[in-house]
Amino acid sequence: MTRPGRRAVIAGVATSDYPHLPHLSEHAVHGQAADRALADAGLSFAEVDGFATTGFFPMYATGVAEYLGLHPIYFDETNSGGSSFEVLVEHAAYAVEAGAVDVVLVTYGSIQLSQMGRRLGTGGGGGGFAPGPAIYDALWGNTLVGNYAMAARRHMHEFGTTPEQLAAVAVSMRRHAASNPQAQERQPITVDDVVSSRLVADPLHKLDCCVISDGGGACVVTTAERAADLPRDPVYVLGAAHATTHHLNLSAMPSLTVSPAAQCGPVAFARAGITPADVDVAQLYDSFTITVVLTLEDLGFCGKGEGGAFVEDGGLEVGGRLPTNTDGGGLSACHPGMRGMFLIVEAVRQLRGEGGATQVPDARIAVAHGTGGMLSTGATLVLGREAP
Amino acid sequence: MTDRAPGAGDERPPKPRPAPTPDADSAPYWAAAHDGRLVVQHCTDCGANQLYPRDRCLVCRGPVEWLEASGRGTVYSFTVIRQMYSRPFRDWVPYVVALIDLEEGPRVMTNIVGCEPDVVRIGMAVQAQFEAVSDEAGIALFSPAD
Repeated sequence: MTRPGRRAVIAGVATSDYPHLPHLSEHAVHGQAADRALADAGLSFAEVDGFATTGFFPMYATGVAEYLGLHPIYFDETNSGGSSFEVLVEHAAYAVEAGAVDVVLVTYGSIQLSQMGRRLGTGGGGGGFAPGPAIYDALWGNTLVGNYAMAARRHMHEFGTTPEQLAAVAVSMRRHAASNPQAQERQPITVDDVVSSRLVADPLHKLDCCVISDGGGACVVTTAERAADLPRDPVYVLGAAHATTHHLNLSAMPSLTVSPAAQCGPVAFARAGITPADVDVAQLYDSFTITVVLTLEDLGFCGKGEGGAFVEDGGLEVGGRLPTNTDGGGLSACHPGMRGMFLIVEAVRQLRGEGGATQVPDARIAVAHGTGGMLSTGATLVLGREAP
Repeated sequence: MTDRAPGAGDERPPKPRPAPTPDADSAPYWAAAHDGRLVVQHCTDCGANQLYPRDRCLVCRGPVEWLEASGRGTVYSFTVIRQMYSRPFRDWVPYVVALIDLEEGPRVMTNIVGCEPDVVRIGMAVQAQFEAVSDEAGIALFSPAD
């Protein structure tokens, strides 16, 4: 239903300050990111007619719109956990291409580090929260980390993946983070540091787990035609898709070693008219080291079971097989709970040549892939600096 | 809020295991476990077995009936929880959370008890045992099969 002459682009991006914002409310983080993304796009709040965000309460987008003084004619608060912002940008792209709306502001804000501390993911936040059928997996004292640990254990069993291979993901993310002055953790680490860090849920160690942060981000989705008058080079939304296999019950996931990326990745790539070999830089949700290994395999960057070898020896670093999470990722830079927005911001910066010390030379096509819940949802965005 | 090591300095009495609130789908399942039986749903149209309990068959939307299960299964995957801040679980660390493939087909999450955590392996044979957690509900825990 794309109208002739309307191609969706991202015209501006920004992150808020991060990783620790005790002086800001959650909504103020949205506001700070929105101010900066609109300034980046050369647009004002008055020109925004669509708004998208999501959070943990119903009618969340309505509330943030109210806080920001927006009266949008399009809004969306689809919540698929960490992949939400890839889904929201996909929806916004369809909406602007259909002519329903011209400028969609997408924001994210969280102060969960300041609100909840480091207990999130190990039982500090969700005690007793088990809506409907979610009760079946909620009675056993499992944690968020424990769910991903079971996927890691199964991957090790089926394919011989080692703790050292998983650790290589964390080492590469930390190396990228060293070049990001905002990153929460910047001290270099080794594989040995990761595997000798405390076990949180076997086989995942503390350094296999993302940091917990305050922070947010925003992007502006409009049409290439509108962006022609704006200051930044537009980044095209070339293709997108999302998928889900289960909600909070890991027992309902068909295979612990196949994530929803296996469904939505190929669809997004086909819609973009590309193959994995065409991708210059990837921003892949890295809640845990295993999340990256599964996503690389499921998106087709390597075969199933080959993810462990793919990430070894700096495979994910600039100059490696597939430069990934060039800002340091959720493992080292910033992870406020639903990190998907950060993937989009960094992908756009890479395509605009603003990657700084971790810039991938001549990056033309980037993939941002979010993962939400307990490996429950996946959403792939293929972005490019040239019109399709 | 401050972080605190699991259980450290907590003088409160132990908290019991959480109990599910039975609903129209799940009441027979929890009641069976309360009586020391493990049951699965069986589709009378296509023959598929399933858990968790639902109103119809997951595969074909056919009608389902309850089938007595053997209580035998194998470990599909597991983890040893070593950091947990919610009671009562934090008093139990380290403990094993596992996914069990039942002999009848369905996969369930549970705790493996009756052995040290470091003996648990994927593929290990396990057997259900039961614990009443309320007047109307029980749960199936698993331990290594003899």
